[in-house]
Amino acid sequence: MTGHLPAPAGAPAIEMTDVAVGAMRDPDTIVAKQINWTVNAGEYWVVAGLHGSGKSDFLMLTGGLMPPRQGRYQFFGGAMPIFEEARLKERLRLGLVFDGGQLFNHLTVAENIALPLRYHYNLSRSQAAATVSKLLECTELAPWAESTPGTLGRSWQKRAGLARALALKPEVLLVDGPLAGLDPRHVKWWLGFLDQLAKGHPLMQGRPLTLVVTTADIRPWKGHARQFAVLRNHGFVVLGAWEQLEAATGDAG
Amino acid sequence: METGNASTLSPPRARLLPRLPALTSYLGRGLFHFLLTLQGLGAFALITLGVMITRFGAAREVIRPRVFQEAARAGLRLLPMFLFMAAALGLVVIGQTVSWLAPVGAIDFLGTVMVIVVVRELGPLATALLVLARIGTANVIELGTARAMGEVEALEALGIDPIHYLVVPRVIGMALGVFALTVYLILGALLSGYLWAFVQDVPLRPGDYFHQLASALSGLDFALLAVKTLAFGSIIALVTCYHGLAQPLRLEEVSRATVAAVAQSIIACVLIDALFIIIYLVT
Repeated sequence: MTGHLPAPAGAPAIEMTDVAVGAMRDPDTIVAKQINWTVNAGEYWVVAGLHGSGKSDFLMLTGGLMPPRQGRYQFFGGAMPIFEEARLKERLRLGLVFDGGQLFNHLTVAENIALPLRYHYNLSRSQAAATVSKLLECTELAPWAESTPGTLGRSWQKRAGLARALALKPEVLLVDGPLAGLDPRHVKWWLGFLDQLAKGHPLMQGRPLTLVVTTADIRPWKGHARQFAVLRNHGFVVLGAWEQLEAATGDAG
Repeated sequence: METGNASTLSPPRARLLPRLPALTSYLGRGLFHFLLTLQGLGAFALITLGVMITRFGAAREVIRPRVFQEAARAGLRLLPMFLFMAAALGLVVIGQTVSWLAPVGAIDFLGTVMVIVVVRELGPLATALLVLARIGTANVIELGTARAMGEVEALEALGIDPIHYLVVPRVIGMALGVFALTVYLILGALLSGYLWAFVQDVPLRPGDYFHQLASALSGLDFALLAVKTLAFGSIIALVTCYHGLAQPLRLEEVSRATVAAVAQSIIACVLIDALFIIIYLVT
């Protein structure tokens, strides 16, 4: 969908070298620095951090919405952020799901999901309808297709944000705090759905997605994500797999 | 005596002197802020123009309906209010003009006065200010809220240019809306003007009235009317979009941005109007 051949598993997707992250609202404020991090295609990362640790800002930078204050960030070998029209296809290999969905309030849920498809491929409503319908079904949003975001609960708004990000079939998906404020039923759905995306969902033609998720609580991700990192004290620490994390905390204990 | 004079004069002077640095500082800050806003607006206008040219025809299925939507919002949907305003404008201008021209037997100038006042000045300016009040303010609030709620970042994350999706349709739609509404306002005011003159027993036949109008109008009037109204619409859209979009906003800052946008739009429209008066005078 993005016009690129999918990167082979294990190829570096995200490479950060000595990166410093500024706050989205105030880029002069550094929220995290000296980040050295590599995410390979097909990996499933969870980045943990307490409220105010800069998780969202970190994800906004990773999503290419702002440049690093310092250091080098490469996405599939190309410099990020990408603002040039000529590199748009490269940019669309990455999808971003915001904490609150960040849906467009003047559009219905179905129109929100259809927008990136219609904009980038110049499709009419009817031409985009089939893809939108599949996304609505997969995210269980079909009953709210014609509702405006304001009439939806926060949990469903998040799902609509996910469906919209998946519309362009990205190779890397960044999800900001998907489990925050959700009831157990929604938590279970998100964990299950992200697992399917990581393994290869039919929506993505069975192609495994590279996932980076942020969270305030690392515990629900046990048995789901494969790599963990944490943002704390303005730094970024790679923790490794859950077993390594347990061993480290066991040693510390 | 001298001592007495000194004692009566020096206190106000003494009060004034410490205020001078504060006053110059206030004026300096104001001027600096004005220049920064002007720079920001100029840059925003150039970026918008650049996007309009480079992305012309792109995402037509999405952008074209949005242009129609904005043109309807800033044009067609305001038509009832403008027809009412046209009737009121005709009444005001003709009512005053007749009361001044009739006693001196100068009714032959009724059409000329209508052309000068309504076609060249009041029609375009009143339309621009009304569209600013009805749609311009809504623009700042909508875009400011969208900005504060992170919708602009969401567009960028989807690879959608916010200027192309949010600003370009508003600029084109509002320019067309102001142009169309001005034409309707002028036609309505000219028609209602005659009706009010008829009600006041002015001895003027419809043919004579329209002959007066036609002889007072020139080709330049039509050309400048089009350019002026398109400029008014574009400027209002650009200023309101700039204040809603150009800087990161928090929800509580949206009202301040709206007030600033309205004030600057009015100033910009008046300045453009002054420019057109100079063009009329020169030609």
